[in-house]
Amino acid sequence: MAWKIFLFILLTFVCVAGIAFPIVPVPTKWYEFPFIPGLKENAKIIFFHVPTAWLSVIAFLMSTIYSFKYLKNKNLDDDAKSYAAAQLGIIFCVLATVTGAVWAKFAWGSYWSWDPRQTSIFALLLIYGAWFALRSSIESEEKRAALSSVYSIIAFVTVPFFVFIMPRIMKGLHPGSADDTNSGPVVDFKMNANMELVFFLSLIGFTILYFWMWNIGYKSIIYKDKINKQIRG
Amino acid sequence: MNSKALALYQKDFHSEMRTRYAVNSLAMFVIVAVSVILFSIGNETITQSLTAGLFWVVIFFSAMSGLSRAFVSEEERGTTLALQLVAAPSTIFSGKLLFNLILVFCMNVVITVLYSALFDSFAVKNFALFAVSFFFGNAGLAIASTIIAAIISKAGAKGTLYPVLSFPILLPLILTSVQLTLMSFEGSTFLDAKFELAIIICYDIIMLTASYMLFDFVWKD
Repeated sequence: MAWKIFLFILLTFVCVAGIAFPIVPVPTKWYEFPFIPGLKENAKIIFFHVPTAWLSVIAFLMSTIYSFKYLKNKNLDDDAKSYAAAQLGIIFCVLATVTGAVWAKFAWGSYWSWDPRQTSIFALLLIYGAWFALRSSIESEEKRAALSSVYSIIAFVTVPFFVFIMPRIMKGLHPGSADDTNSGPVVDFKMNANMELVFFLSLIGFTILYFWMWNIGYKSIIYKDKINKQIRG
Repeated sequence: MNSKALALYQKDFHSEMRTRYAVNSLAMFVIVAVSVILFSIGNETITQSLTAGLFWVVIFFSAMSGLSRAFVSEEERGTTLALQLVAAPSTIFSGKLLFNLILVFCMNVVITVLYSALFDSFAVKNFALFAVSFFFGNAGLAIASTIIAAIISKAGAKGTLYPVLSFPILLPLILTSVQLTLMSFEGSTFLDAKFELAIIICYDIIMLTASYMLFDFVWKD
């Protein structure tokens, strides 16, 4: 119970700090964020957009790990865990796409411009969509679990191409692209210490939230399956 | 690759020669797709980057129309069980992959010939780069579509799901191949294209390894 209260306080702090803390040219007080040329006030999206994008990849990773486990042990609970992770993953993926597109309207002038990052998040959405389409087309539980596990692993081995290789070799608008000089590459943060602190707190808070939601999600799927079996059998 | 895989390839080849279903429908599909593109272009002259893109659009959709046959035909004829009895899963996959590789290569050579005859902007300056990227692009296309075809043949909905499942898997390959084709039009050297070539070769190797490891789980019920 204590960790839930801690999570509530953490996320409340992140939301308040992320939205309300001012951006000033030369930060002097502890609550002031630095001015980053090229990003301006738009820089604040990093507290909400980056965690959602991060979680959509983490969810996909977990879905694949549990697919692996399913193929190894043939335990349907692992399939439920993989399914719950993917369900959350598609929600965070849509959130990341939408927040990114809205941000792009103000930062780049249009909602969608096929920046490498946008291409890769779009591909991730397509993978999730295809995965759910595959699952819905198969009746038998074991077959569905096995085939969707195989597809999830095959899709996962292509993800590094989208997420890590392409945005770095292709030129793009997103902060952190290959030719980015003014708005701060992802690896080399141009934030100051307190901005980094809020950013990492946000990342940690949203990750804990994700694991909590995933825990509830897969348990409900397992219980639903059990009840369905009892009604039928 | 062993003799059993070759025998499986020969079996597929002979049954294909008997009906010529896949070859005929593929050839017609290519002609229809190219002519639709020609009609929509009309008298306009299109840029080279657009030509490179359209080239891979036709390749992608032709592959999607023909390559799922490899496994779906076995399911339809009910010969899956017999195949499971006579050979190991990796052998089956090798045989099917060989058949699809040859089908993809024939199909894409035809598409390339049609494009170079019909499009003025399809002018390859660095032919060696084009040939190398064509080879690795086709290999990746065949490998990824063969494993997806195996998944599709076991799933309920067969026709519509195939391009849906294949597209996200093939997207890195297609994007890089479009880049490479464009580079060969512009006459770039191998040194300029080393990143793209590295990506496409990595993709082929990763897909081949993953497919061989995972095919067992698809094939055994």
